Amino acid sequence: MLTATSVPSLWRLARVEYDDVRKRPVLLYPEGAVLLNDTGAAILKLVDGQRSVGDIARALSAQYNGAGSADPTEILNDVTAYLSTLAARELIRD
Amino acid sequence: MTSERPTTLLAELTHRCPLHCPYCSNPLDLVRAEKEISTEDWKRVITEARALGVLQLGLSGGEPLVRKDTEELAAHARGLGLYSTLVTSGLGLTRQRAEKFKEAGLEHIQISLQDADDDNAERIAGVRSVKQKRAAAALVRELGFAFTVNVVLHRANLDRIQQIIDLASEMGADRVELANTQYYGWGLVNRDALMPTREQVDRAFEIAERAKQAHRGGMQILFVLPDYYEKYPKACYGGWGKVYLVVTPDGKVLPCHGATNITTLEYPNVREHSMEWIWQQSPLFEAFRGDSWMKSPCSTCERKCVDFGGCRCQAFALTGDAAMADPICTLSPHHHLIESALAEANATTPFVYRKLSSEPQPA
Repeated sequence: MLTATSVPSLWRLARVEYDDVRKRPVLLYPEGAVLLNDTGAAILKLVDGQRSVGDIARALSAQYNGAGSADPTEILNDVTAYLSTLAARELIRD
Repeated sequence: MTSERPTTLLAELTHRCPLHCPYCSNPLDLVRAEKEISTEDWKRVITEARALGVLQLGLSGGEPLVRKDTEELAAHARGLGLYSTLVTSGLGLTRQRAEKFKEAGLEHIQISLQDADDDNAERIAGVRSVKQKRAAAALVRELGFAFTVNVVLHRANLDRIQQIIDLASEMGADRVELANTQYYGWGLVNRDALMPTREQVDRAFEIAERAKQAHRGGMQILFVLPDYYEKYPKACYGGWGKVYLVVTPDGKVLPCHGATNITTLEYPNVREHSMEWIWQQSPLFEAFRGDSWMKSPCSTCERKCVDFGGCRCQAFALTGDAAMADPICTLSPHHHLIESALAEANATTPFVYRKLSSEPQPA
């Protein structure tokens, strides 16, 4: 399980590609693919091996600020849970 | 018709191979070089597969490096956004070719090892190969490809699973795939010689689980049990015609690489049909979609949405009817065939080596 201070990076074998057949982003890695939604893709775009989970959540909050109702704690929880799921599959490393 | 989209294409570019492994996943009736489809055919196949939704491409064989156009096909696939894996023995991977693959944008190379013990590795492969594999692995690391070591496990190497994991780690693998033999085709011919004992399997499983923890965050370890020791069959490729496609060296399109073992089916060919028609409408791909083809006990079983009745190729190979429950299942009326196969496994049975136009003895 990641925490706010974990610094995640994408597994070096994985990359995000836009699938123009399914019209959505996908995470590709050896012999596997995860179909992403826009939020997932936005999170992964911020994963660079430099930013912490907290930094990523703050950057997303700032992006959503225009949209109004996003609660920073909720965003941090969502980002942590999302990246932890990928970390359990070793697609995210910290 | 199906609304499913395939994710993976295994391109068996050729059945030619310098190795003779007795568990080869190629069919007994190997395709000869003169029947192989052309570079342009392969490019069209890959383009049409991408348009259907394929995201992953395996450039496989036989030994895919036997063909001279493999780099060209890798470049074509990368241009379409595919994630490609070269599935190789390592033999034929010269520096010049490895650099060409790098330029082509190939991302991932999988090299097979036969054992951590050099003499036994070469006995299993039926050819001198260890030195060339080590050199190929070093090149793959040096050029920065994603790198998987793949080992087919069986009675004659399973006891060295720890040494195999250590060897993969020393070679700098990102992943090691430890898959027990599947008993179709060559594997079925050699089943008595290859089948491990229950004790071997249990011990290997424990070692693999410990190694997974030890290497967590580093080398990824995949361990696939032999299905003969499972209670329920595997959901082969997520179900027939759901996510997976194989194209054979002569252009046949299959829902799995073993499907030509089901001799009652007709196989559509890319020389005559589009990939779209084959995926969406061909009788072969429709044959075992859904559950209306199922017989008892599958048809009323609550697991039918979990494992889809198991492997059609295995059902056919062992019962003569591809619509039967996979005999692996303890609910199958044919499960006794699995139990007797386990009882007959025998370390003294010699290997029947894979080769072109050999006439293997029936198992």
